[in-house]
Amino acid sequence: MLLIDCPCCGVSGEETEFAAGGEAHLVRFGPGSSDEDFTSYLFDRKNPRGVHFERWRHAFGCGKWFHMVRSTQTLEVFGVYKADVTTPPQEILDRVEAARAEGRVK
Amino acid sequence: MSQPNRLETGGALIDRAHKITFWFDGRPYKGHPGDTLASALLANGVKLVNRSYKYHRPRGVVSAGPEEPNALVNLGADETHEPNIRMTQIELHDGLEATSQNRFPSLQADVGVLNAAASRLYPAGFYYKTFIHPRHAWKYVFEPIIRRIAGLGKAPTHADTSQYEHTYAFCDVLVAGGGIAGLIAAKAAGEAGARVILAEQTERLGGRLLVDDDAEIEGKPAKVWLEETVAALEAMDNVTIRLRTACSAAYDHNYCLLYERSGDKGEAAQVRHRLWRVRTGRVVAATGMIERPIAFHYNDLPGVMLAGAVRDYVKLWGVSPGENTVVYTTNDDGYRTALALNEAGQTVSAILDSREAPVGDLIEKAKAAGLTIHAHTGIGKAKAKGQRLAQIETISFNDPDAEGEAIACDCVAMAGGWSPVVHLYSHSGGKAHWDEDLAMYRPDPANPPRGKDAEAMVVVAGSANGELTTGAVATQTATVTAAALSELGFTASAAAPSVTAPSEAAIVPVWCTPSKGKAGLGGKHFLDYQNDVTVADVALAAREGYESVEHAKRYTTLGMATDQGKLSNINGHAILGKTLGKTMAEVGTTTFRPPYTPISFGSIAGRETGNLFKPVRQTAMHDWHAAHGAEWEPVGDWRRPYRYQRGSEDRDTSIHRECLRVRQTVGVLDASTLGKIIVKGPDAAKFLDLMYTNMMSSLKPGKCRYGLMNNENGFLMDDGVVVRLDEDTFLCHTTSGGADRIHAWFEEWLQTEWFDFKVYVANVTEQFTQIAVAGPKGLELLGSLDSDIDFAAVPFMGMAEGTVEGCPVRAFRISFTGELSYEFAVPLSFGLSLWEKLHAKAEALGGGVYGTEAQHILRAEKGFVVIGDETDGTVTAHDVGMSWAVSKKKEDFIGKRAMERADLTRPDRKQLVGLLTEDPNEVLPDGAHGVENGKAIGHVTSTYFSPTLKRSIAMALINGGRSRFGEVIEISTAKKKTARAVICDPVFYDAKGERQDV
Repeated sequence: MLLIDCPCCGVSGEETEFAAGGEAHLVRFGPGSSDEDFTSYLFDRKNPRGVHFERWRHAFGCGKWFHMVRSTQTLEVFGVYKADVTTPPQEILDRVEAARAEGRVK
Repeated sequence: MSQPNRLETGGALIDRAHKITFWFDGRPYKGHPGDTLASALLANGVKLVNRSYKYHRPRGVVSAGPEEPNALVNLGADETHEPNIRMTQIELHDGLEATSQNRFPSLQADVGVLNAAASRLYPAGFYYKTFIHPRHAWKYVFEPIIRRIAGLGKAPTHADTSQYEHTYAFCDVLVAGGGIAGLIAAKAAGEAGARVILAEQTERLGGRLLVDDDAEIEGKPAKVWLEETVAALEAMDNVTIRLRTACSAAYDHNYCLLYERSGDKGEAAQVRHRLWRVRTGRVVAATGMIERPIAFHYNDLPGVMLAGAVRDYVKLWGVSPGENTVVYTTNDDGYRTALALNEAGQTVSAILDSREAPVGDLIEKAKAAGLTIHAHTGIGKAKAKGQRLAQIETISFNDPDAEGEAIACDCVAMAGGWSPVVHLYSHSGGKAHWDEDLAMYRPDPANPPRGKDAEAMVVVAGSANGELTTGAVATQTATVTAAALSELGFTASAAAPSVTAPSEAAIVPVWCTPSKGKAGLGGKHFLDYQNDVTVADVALAAREGYESVEHAKRYTTLGMATDQGKLSNINGHAILGKTLGKTMAEVGTTTFRPPYTPISFGSIAGRETGNLFKPVRQTAMHDWHAAHGAEWEPVGDWRRPYRYQRGSEDRDTSIHRECLRVRQTVGVLDASTLGKIIVKGPDAAKFLDLMYTNMMSSLKPGKCRYGLMNNENGFLMDDGVVVRLDEDTFLCHTTSGGADRIHAWFEEWLQTEWFDFKVYVANVTEQFTQIAVAGPKGLELLGSLDSDIDFAAVPFMGMAEGTVEGCPVRAFRISFTGELSYEFAVPLSFGLSLWEKLHAKAEALGGGVYGTEAQHILRAEKGFVVIGDETDGTVTAHDVGMSWAVSKKKEDFIGKRAMERADLTRPDRKQLVGLLTEDPNEVLPDGAHGVENGKAIGHVTSTYFSPTLKRSIAMALINGGRSRFGEVIEISTAKKKTARAVICDPVFYDAKGERQDV
């Protein structure tokens, strides 16, 4: 049972308070896009054994969507950040790199 | 009634002044408060307590703790019945009832023992190898027989009346285990100011200090130190001690489960078992060690026990498991058992030591006590008389072929070495590594289970870390606890209590004692007692290619019994390694999975049973419906009236009456469960244009429009009427089951994709009661209301706001029945009052209520779709003939790109049509397939007998159906039975819509 920090309301809550929303930072392809792009947007998802950028919603709390960077292997959490950005904050990417350098994650 | 094996003195835990009566297999026995069921039965001379799983061999108590493989019972009866409980963990109370398991007709005379006689025919993998052919025989012949013979406890036949609960707790340090390590850790953490929970699985603190009192701690006898330490802990406000509470699991991010047997004290406890859900800063696993048995020929006879357990029974409960004991040891600790028996005045015929030249403090003590020691010697064979141990034959490790010495005994104390309880370290991914010198798996400090911030979340303290002497336990515990506290931001001293204890020499492990002839052939050297797995079975598995430890486990069932390999998994892995010529490190170990010991189903369910299992959502008129004969239909979490029973009429009569009432007079329906979502803001119209397939921005304030919603795959996911309340406010109605989902869907797009839109969304479903008034006499009804609304002036798909009978209402002129129809939305508190008035007026006009089934028939007569009936997640708006609701003007909406995909524009897709059976009285089965040339061409989505049309009608999705009107197809209605039906337009009644738009 993960312990998750909501970056919107500040609550540190049980995983059951939250709903997982899959891979983060997907780009939406709408009308006019190629079949390849659209298929990829609908169906292609990363499934790494290691660092994963993902979307979560504080479903039974403040209701807000946000991002979390997590190791699917060790469940280490590198950070959470709000939903209305298209790239992760640099400090979180730095933490991921540090963990990789220490050999904790792939 | 006497207790023949109760010693005159000793027994630190029992209250000799009081006697209590308990029942085993229907016979009364006496014991003392403080006894376990196992100690009390041993005191009464009951050694045969169970039968083994496969061979039905007679079995006795082996251990004194949670690792017990044999002594399982059915505890209690009827409402309190609980199967497969370990006697060694059952605290005795007056009137306790237990029955033995896996025997027929009785424990003493069991017919399954014939299995043992034929045991050569049951090798490892026996079932896999034997019951392959004929195929049907397994299900109808073999399995029923095997199920009757094999098996453990009986499933309860009565509903459990006990209460269970879940409790949440938070702490800085959770100490699992109340032995010396746990006490040192808890005291250090408590003194540092941390919030501490100390969980101990038994009813007592002290662990082995209560038994092994040969150490001095801080210059005091161990018992004095123990009393002082417990008193100090009890005095600390920040330390909570929970007895009878096992730490069952250490999950991700320091989430632990504690299983408290709060009702097992035998007193009238309100809560039988309690599951603690604890989030902690660190776990200190002070979980100790479990002793290993030694494999030798017939090492499973009742009377063969773990040496530590024999000592426990003598010292804790004043019970001698035998009158004449042989100790078989691989280490110094076994001598403690011999000394304890000797001090209690019991005979120790011999100490057999696997080591060539044992020396040390404890050996000297044994010699001084005059005990006989045979070095480099083991037990070659055990022999039974009746159903219990009577004699052993020694075997010399110098010359295994030499004739052994026969020694009469009724108890063997096996000291096979100790296995640290590394379970909590391993539950969330920590690794254990093999320590060749100590012959044990120890936690690997390089691979700990990691928490949220990559911290090592479980700290292993004391003997659980492989520390073998009291001094080492104290020092290591103090060091790791201080380090953990410091990581958590507390200042703690790493000073350990000083300890003086006897020295102990190294172990020489014996995994299997050779017997005359080949090991395993002729004799049985048991590893897993409960599952009857022997040395020969594991060796056979290795020879047959099951070389991986995980494969060998599943092939032989080693470690798959209720003790989950606690007792003898390591022995099995050693045998596997020996057969394969591999080291222990190469063999590896199986995974330790939670829970540590079994937890009850009741504790998992907690209070979430019965009415609390899943709360029901109720409308303002719920009780009214119930009082008026409602038969309920679950819709999402709601309950809606399916129909209203009148007198003794049958189901169809009531539904048809309700249908005709709407077509002929006027009906009222509770529509409150429909989702109601307010979408408001300057960008609300732009946002809804993206959410719906149709154009919502062109809707005029005060008007209603039916809308369809896609998912991004282009398939229908919800529908409902959208009302524009004013320029920047929309009220979106959703399906009853869809309100929460659609609300979340809107939020997702607004928060994660179009977060620049200025739009707020609120789910107001439960704030309003909604009531439909439908039927040709509807206007007459509304005209008789006390209201400021001119209903006749409200156009079809229009709305009005005002007051009706004193209630503030919004009235929408929309229809899901095809009749003239208004829906009233009123604040919840006005709901019942308005409902009662509308219902009374309807009755006065010869009408009344109608339920959801009548509503479904009425809409089917009109060809209106229901999301989830006509759609199944693979159906588009075009498929159901609603292309008119898909905007061609909009640049984008959810699912627009997907609807351009080749597969979604095929002309031969399944399309919604009507079906009229040739026999007007034959109602097609729901979901029935249309068949053509032996192939399915589609299926029935809705099917009813229409009371309006007095014939059967159905809607169906048929391949290319819209171009096939007038064709007759066959519908498969049952095995080898078909019905013929003509394909038609799905609108069966009032195709021009004149009735709703008068």
